[in-house]
Amino acid sequence: MTDIALHPSAFVSHEAHDHHHDTDHKPGFFARWFMSTNHKDIGTLYLIFAIVAGIIGGSVSGLMRAELAHPGIQYLQGWASMLHGGSASLDESLHLWNVLITAHGLIMVFFMVMPAMVGGFGNWFVPIMIGAPDMAFPRMNNVSFWLLIPAFTLLLASPFFGGAGNGWTLYAPLSTYGEPGPSTDMAILALHLAGASSILGAINFITTIFNMRAPGMTLHKMPLFVWSMLVTAFLLLLALPVLAAAITMLLTDRNFGTTFFDPAGGGDPVLYQHLFWFFGHPEVYIMILPGFGIVSQIISTFSRKPVFGYLGMAYAMVAIGVVGFVVWAHHMFTTGLSVNTKMYFTAATMVIAVPTGIKIFSWIATMWGGSLTFKTPMVWSIGFIFMFTVGGVTGVVLANGGIDDYMQDTYYVVAHFHYVLSLGAVFSLFAGFYYWFPKMSGKMYNEFLGQLHFWVFFIGVNVMFFPMHFLGLQGMPRRIPDYTPEYEHWNTVASVGYMIMGAGMAVFFVNLIWSMIAGKPAGDNPWGDGATTLEWTISSPPPYHQFETLPKID
Amino acid sequence: MAAGLALASLGGVAGHAAQPASTPTNTPAAAPAPQAAAAPGGVSNTAPTTSAATPTANPSSPELAMDGAPAMTAKPMIGQPTDGLFGLQPQVTKNGQFAHWMHNSILVPTITIISLFVLALLFWVSFRYRKARNPVASKTSHNTFIEIIWTLAPVVILVLIAVPSIGLLQAQFKPAPSGAVTLKAIGNQWYWTYQYPDNGGFEITANMLKEKGEVAAGERARVDADGPKLLATDNRIVLPVGVPIRLITTSNDVIHSWAVPAFWIKLDAIPGRLNETSFTIDKPGLYFGQCSELCGARHGYMPIAVEAVPPAEYAAWVRAKGGTMPTPGKASDKVIPQPGADGSAAKVEEAAETANATGPVENVTTAAPATTQGATSNPAGAGNAGL
Repeated sequence: MTDIALHPSAFVSHEAHDHHHDTDHKPGFFARWFMSTNHKDIGTLYLIFAIVAGIIGGSVSGLMRAELAHPGIQYLQGWASMLHGGSASLDESLHLWNVLITAHGLIMVFFMVMPAMVGGFGNWFVPIMIGAPDMAFPRMNNVSFWLLIPAFTLLLASPFFGGAGNGWTLYAPLSTYGEPGPSTDMAILALHLAGASSILGAINFITTIFNMRAPGMTLHKMPLFVWSMLVTAFLLLLALPVLAAAITMLLTDRNFGTTFFDPAGGGDPVLYQHLFWFFGHPEVYIMILPGFGIVSQIISTFSRKPVFGYLGMAYAMVAIGVVGFVVWAHHMFTTGLSVNTKMYFTAATMVIAVPTGIKIFSWIATMWGGSLTFKTPMVWSIGFIFMFTVGGVTGVVLANGGIDDYMQDTYYVVAHFHYVLSLGAVFSLFAGFYYWFPKMSGKMYNEFLGQLHFWVFFIGVNVMFFPMHFLGLQGMPRRIPDYTPEYEHWNTVASVGYMIMGAGMAVFFVNLIWSMIAGKPAGDNPWGDGATTLEWTISSPPPYHQFETLPKID
Repeated sequence: MAAGLALASLGGVAGHAAQPASTPTNTPAAAPAPQAAAAPGGVSNTAPTTSAATPTANPSSPELAMDGAPAMTAKPMIGQPTDGLFGLQPQVTKNGQFAHWMHNSILVPTITIISLFVLALLFWVSFRYRKARNPVASKTSHNTFIEIIWTLAPVVILVLIAVPSIGLLQAQFKPAPSGAVTLKAIGNQWYWTYQYPDNGGFEITANMLKEKGEVAAGERARVDADGPKLLATDNRIVLPVGVPIRLITTSNDVIHSWAVPAFWIKLDAIPGRLNETSFTIDKPGLYFGQCSELCGARHGYMPIAVEAVPPAEYAAWVRAKGGTMPTPGKASDKVIPQPGADGSAAKVEEAAETANATGPVENVTTAAPATTQGATSNPAGAGNAGL
């Protein structure tokens, strides 16, 4: 997929767009943004949506870190009183805590990372990178996005109806007979809608990638970002229906008297966990694989070298996707699995470290012998490699079923998955954002502010999440609003880390606004000869419809 | 460890009945006045006072004190979290020690070396191959040999980790031998109930002790001898040391999880299901844990407090609870010595009186404890002095 040459060819693009021969003829505001069939506009909508959701989800975690900064219930009662419009009881306050952790998890997973990775960058760059004029099903693409709006609205409205305090995993029976009121139903329906949105998106990506590659763009020439989106789309397509089934059973258990998960009627609460994690573990890779793809593009660009071991990299992602489907019960090591089951899931989980290791070492080998420049996207990508390694190795610790008996449901797990997500997936999101911002907007971001954002954010998240390992090793359980004073030290440190991270995010938003207003024109390719993928061959921002004449790939 | 009492500072704990704490000495049985003057506590559990410093202490017999009153205080860093530490809690079960060793001696060094190796490589390539030093990039994009190396090396490392890991799982799943003491932990929103089916099936309910300012009048508040805030319970469960424990968990409502870090035990309590595991506590002491599965509003408020005592004291406590020890001929008589061989009359009296004082205070066991029975089987010198 390197050295792609662009040739005007005889192929003519989609007839559907023939009335747009003037490429910059854009529809009016409402038609353009609310009835869009343009993959770039829909991608932009997804990115704006994800940023808004990220602000909300990040603010929720700010509330959580404020509450946890010191032992004792500090603010919950006040917040609960505000929410209820009257003084809240202790139990209502504590319930609000569970609402907060649930909201934080669901928002960040379903409404921040997934829309940004798949809907945002995927929509923007998969068609361009494979030389296609648009996605295969442009209207379905729009449906995918607009399903998220009611989904997010339902979720955000749920706290005003009591609040869903089940955790993002919605474990039965806490989520069935454990919590009456409409809030949990609203959260479940929100997931249904978000899941349907993702399934439609996945179908769209698979179809686009298989059918709409430009001539010469064979599967083994596709950029790794496209490979990552292809694998992710398959994971979405296979995993989300299982989630939909599981939460539909929750709904009927809650409302229609079924007993799928109620032992009193012959059901089994653990069945829910199996179903949830059959979805939930691939979901983890859905959130990180596009990040792998983004980082691969950036490392290659700023090393001015092709990706080392391209096939190994592509098939490592396929392997991670496949193995990711058969390791789910490592989330359930303390539920009373049999010894053989635990041994199997221990071994299978460890296997994932092998393709992951291939990726880490291949990125470093890509840099090896390169001619490196350390622009903001590259710095974020290098940060990603190291932070993802740290999160990965604690995953190896947790993979051991016998060791996990201690770590399960402690802050060690919280630290682990924030290292792979908050420091992994989110780092790759920022890397991709800085990498493609010039292409998407046509303007350069401010390099100094970008670097400053990285360092402040890097320090902040490490100060926030690294001490959580220590809390977990000392036994602090997750999802508690108050803790014994012996956990205070590291919790205070973590809350200070949040403030540092918050300052880093302020730099990001300053940079974003400054760049939109006063950014210098980016030019077609601001990154030099290391940037070889097709998006750098078209203008910045790209024409409203690109590749009306398909490029031909050597 | 001697349980300590400090009275002067605790004069303000009026309004609730005193929870006497025992001392290892045979202080004469002062009237177990339940009011403020005798309120115990105020003692840092890291620096227990001696009995000499607490002349007006309420003495009590050990097994009764164990129930509800802080007869045994926690040792620093044992069985509870410690602020600012980096590592695991010390382990007092064999499997826990094995896992602790595996974590500290295999996993942590391995993952630290791997992380530092990756970091060093990143620093090196960033330094060596920066544009200023290496203006022309190589075009190398394959090296089959090195790709095989970095595929196989992780495989080898993982196999080396998997060997002890599988061994640990085997050890953890070894069923409890006959003669084990069965403890059934039942999760409820938001407290634990415990049953001892091998000991007559009596039941203990353990609620978290609230803080001084939070309790209603007449309700018992936590004092420092009870244990740390949010970890102390009104009724501790007692288990014998050196005897295999068969832990069975289940739940009456939603899923909870019974976890004591010092035992390396965490087992979900799931409605409609009995989960089982086993462990043997090596050292007497006080061990705290918390519910470890989100179970609703007060999930953070259902702690676990286990007092591990020598078998003789355990037997005495069981009898005090109205339970029975397995009769000779049954399996467990071999591992649980019968208590009470050298009880003293003085202690018997203390026990009885204190029991009367403490009994009604809190939600004690539902299987009304027969205090006299406990008293008669009071082992001498059993205080907590050697613990």
